[in-house]
Amino acid sequence: MTAKQLSVFIENRKGRLSEVLDVLKENGVSIISLSLADTTEYGLLRLIVNNPEQGREQLAKAGFSTLLSDVLIIKIPHVAGSLQAILKKIEKEDINVEYLYGLSIESEQAYVVLKASDAQRTSKVLEENGIETLLPDQIAKL
Amino acid sequence: MIWSEVETYSREKIEEIQLERLKETVNRVYNKVEPYRKKMDEMGVKPEDIKSLKDLAKLPFVTKQDLRDNYPFGLFAVDKDKLVRIHASSGTTGKPTVVGYTQGDLETWTECVSRIACMGGATSKDVAQICFGYGMFTGALGLHYGLENIGATIVPSSTGNSEKQIMYMQDFETSLLVATPSYALRLAEVARSMGIDPKKDLKVKIGLVGSELLTEAMREEMHKYWGEDMLVTSNYGMSELMGPGVSGECEYLDGMHINEDFFIPEIINSETGEVLPAGEKGELVITCIKKEGLPLIRYRTKDITRLIYEPCKCGRTFVRMENLSGRSDDMLKIRGVNVFPSQIEEVILSFSELGPHYEIIVEREGYNDKLTVKVELNVETDSFSELERIANSVKNKLRIILGLDAKVSLVSPNTLQRFEGKAKRVKDLRGKQ
Repeated sequence: MTAKQLSVFIENRKGRLSEVLDVLKENGVSIISLSLADTTEYGLLRLIVNNPEQGREQLAKAGFSTLLSDVLIIKIPHVAGSLQAILKKIEKEDINVEYLYGLSIESEQAYVVLKASDAQRTSKVLEENGIETLLPDQIAKL
Repeated sequence: MIWSEVETYSREKIEEIQLERLKETVNRVYNKVEPYRKKMDEMGVKPEDIKSLKDLAKLPFVTKQDLRDNYPFGLFAVDKDKLVRIHASSGTTGKPTVVGYTQGDLETWTECVSRIACMGGATSKDVAQICFGYGMFTGALGLHYGLENIGATIVPSSTGNSEKQIMYMQDFETSLLVATPSYALRLAEVARSMGIDPKKDLKVKIGLVGSELLTEAMREEMHKYWGEDMLVTSNYGMSELMGPGVSGECEYLDGMHINEDFFIPEIINSETGEVLPAGEKGELVITCIKKEGLPLIRYRTKDITRLIYEPCKCGRTFVRMENLSGRSDDMLKIRGVNVFPSQIEEVILSFSELGPHYEIIVEREGYNDKLTVKVELNVETDSFSELERIANSVKNKLRIILGLDAKVSLVSPNTLQRFEGKAKRVKDLRGKQ
């Protein structure tokens, strides 16, 4: 089961990040997880939010360059080696993992956002291996 | 449609008119304008020395500085009470340059612009929306009277309030747009943000753009936003000479026809002042031969172009000036290399991943000049490698075209400044550092 990730292009300029957050706040879009990666010139803010479509529409209206992409939110046991085991299985299928970032950690399990070159096929691999994937609203309820 | 029969006169006939008017103008100026008489006396040239058009080269040049030095009316050839209108340039530094018109000058101006409007496809059926700033600037009123004269319906909406501009276009069924190229693109952007597609929802089919360079890439961009079937022509003029109406493109889009019965063009080497042979590229110098108020002789326009004397397919015989490749004073010297902003624009517009708006920043870093080009991203991506690929391709292309390394900064859409009048996209900070 894939989830939608909302990405926003932001140039490295003072106050630009808070402009994005302002738009989300004003429209009641709540952030469940985020990752901000940057170069010296610009950054990409990747967000898991409760309402990605609404978030995207409002940000685009405010003039931001945005994109919705399919990612997987996977639930893995909170033990050493569990992430590696899953990545191995994905790689074996010749799927490229582009990036991942942690979402939340509990005593028993952890949640990770994973962006793969082929989200649908990855979803199938995970399913075949009995690994649970979640939707953002399920996460929000945890 | 060709507005005036004069536009198709034979070269001999045109030159006959030019010589007669030139002699009359030089004589009048020598007798009435003190600074001219002084300049001519210093060079030892008298009005009677002008016997052929070639003798024009014997006369002194006039520059913008001369207008400033004689501010406000020192170069005028008529008494102030003969003037019926005054315009002035924006004058970003120091005093503006002031120009004045007699009743006869306004008639000449209207005639010149009517011809240019017809070259650009205008007819009496058009609804012409003039999105140039009305006021001291000559652009708006020049086009206004010229278009009105051919019977078009004028919507003098001026600049600003872009949403309302779009509303007028929709409600009045505007068919002809007068604007700077950058404002025309801005208006298309605004229309789209209102959910209106200029190509389908508006009826604008003619664009008379001016007051700014129109590069071929910019023309393509105009077609992209306003429709492939839009006839986009550029026209040329400057307030010192009259305003718009000096020259304009016809439907063959192969240079701008100069109204030669009112203006004599020359091309000179801008460093030596020497007149260059026909067809060579250099600085355009214009002599006004039918002006009463402010008849400038050999005015240095600082614009770089070349003249095309071959007849045009449209049937007009007036000489054409190639679309400008820059202004000699717009030219930037970066690390010893001559750079025209239009070259950078050409590169940017060749990328569909980038928007048409940009900013050029030149700074001093240590002993070196540093060129930065800021440009808006027009693509949706979540990938650094894609962003890097875009920035690098722009960089490579700039290196090929300019012979210089530039830093390319990608910024979000709609974050660079938009302009309603002349765009000011170059920030040269070197003198300030």
